[in-house]
Amino acid sequence: MFDFLDGYDVLGAFWMTVKLTALSALGSLVWGTLLAAMRVSPVPLLRGFGTAYVNIVRNIPLTVIIVFSSLGLADIFGVTMGAADDFKVQGFRLAVLGLVGYTSAFVCEAVRSGINTVPVGQAEAARAIGLSFSQVLRLIILPQAFRAVIGPLANVLIALTKNTTVAAAIGVAEAATLMKKMIENEAQTLAIGAVFAFGFVVLTLPTGLLLGWLSKRLAVKR
Amino acid sequence: MKLRKVTAVSAAVFALALSATACGGDDSKDSDSGSSGGGKIKVGIKFDQPGLGLKQPDGSFAGFDVDVATYVAKQLGYKPDQIEFVETKSADRENALARGDVKFIAATYSINDERKQKVDFAGPYLLAHQDLLVKKDSDITKATDLNGKKLCSVTGSTSAQNIHDKIAPKAQLKEYSGYSECIAALQSGAVDAVTTDDSILAGFAAQDKYKGQFKLAGLKLSNENYGVGVKKGDTATVNKINAALEKMVSDGAWQKAVDTNFGPANYKSEPAPKIGNIVP
Repeated sequence: MFDFLDGYDVLGAFWMTVKLTALSALGSLVWGTLLAAMRVSPVPLLRGFGTAYVNIVRNIPLTVIIVFSSLGLADIFGVTMGAADDFKVQGFRLAVLGLVGYTSAFVCEAVRSGINTVPVGQAEAARAIGLSFSQVLRLIILPQAFRAVIGPLANVLIALTKNTTVAAAIGVAEAATLMKKMIENEAQTLAIGAVFAFGFVVLTLPTGLLLGWLSKRLAVKR
Repeated sequence: MKLRKVTAVSAAVFALALSATACGGDDSKDSDSGSSGGGKIKVGIKFDQPGLGLKQPDGSFAGFDVDVATYVAKQLGYKPDQIEFVETKSADRENALARGDVKFIAATYSINDERKQKVDFAGPYLLAHQDLLVKKDSDITKATDLNGKKLCSVTGSTSAQNIHDKIAPKAQLKEYSGYSECIAALQSGAVDAVTTDDSILAGFAAQDKYKGQFKLAGLKLSNENYGVGVKKGDTATVNKINAALEKMVSDGAWQKAVDTNFGPANYKSEPAPKIGNIVP
């Protein structure tokens, strides 16, 4: 029944999806947190930049961002991400760049909503004992904010897992790329589609359950 | 209480959606049953391949596949204004035929064994070859020149797989979701060649904005027998389409369609293939 799977590296393709997801998640967590810090910072220039970035980037379709990172950045401006001679590595890195750029806008908004859950009094108290802005953020606000937004961040992570399929548009050999290839060769759209849909459920369902459980356990009770 | 309200609303929405789709089903049945008389015929083509099947800004269609489809439909008894063109992307050609969404498909549909198990083919009506589109001053003249070069093709396509598996395993392959992106990469010099069927490449090269910039390398890396896809088991339609294709070749309309659609790219097409003669 599943003989159409013979000769295809389905696990390898999903491993590529996992790698894309993990690296992009890490990158967008860092960049997204920085953006959130900018958006709440007292410096108007940083605040303006953060607001503009988030509002522009999250309103551009991801396909446009990913295709631009390859067609625009790499092909026209010559940004090769240190892999000018290997299109596979180059495509992967460009896809991570695009995914980080896009996802961090959503991470930023999630983190900022978490910052809003921390009572203003805490920041005022921290300032009163002489902590600087970055110390207030690092020591008082963000640790509490993150515990409040594990749930929303899990949603962003699951969306990111599914969004990695857009990397197929620039030829990164992840699950959706293999799916296209198999449909082209085997002419069995439904069966192949079902296999890959199932693969994504296997990836995202445990993520959701685990992080849902964590968010309940770690939430700051107020 | 709240929950119950939500359930009620969603049930209503669901019922609405169901009745809406039911209406849609009725509509298509109406046009289907009318198709034997003076109704419409639905034909699958591609919308994004210049020279073969292209939807133009004014909503009309142009290309070789469109000309073939129009001619065949005429022989089946439909006037041009009775033809409704439907976009059939590569991935859903088989399903579109199996569901009866379209009567037949003329969309760079290469005949192969896996596909023959799902659909029936009339034709072939054109013999194309995998080839390279290169810049006018390029020095690529044979397949072995490709090793170490940068090629571009469409993600998952047969052409991309051929390059990897058979023709030039050492070539760098960039994959995009469409040929337009590849042509842009070729124009900017990021890749040395774009590879797919020569008929498709000729269509791109013949576009006004690219005229005179590219040429076909003429390598004939594979044989692609384009057939007209028909629902599995519909032998009557296959026979009718085969007769129509034969007539199209014999009365000169086939050659005329080739000349108008591929002429500007200096594409030397093969002579019209004989019905049922599949070049392996």
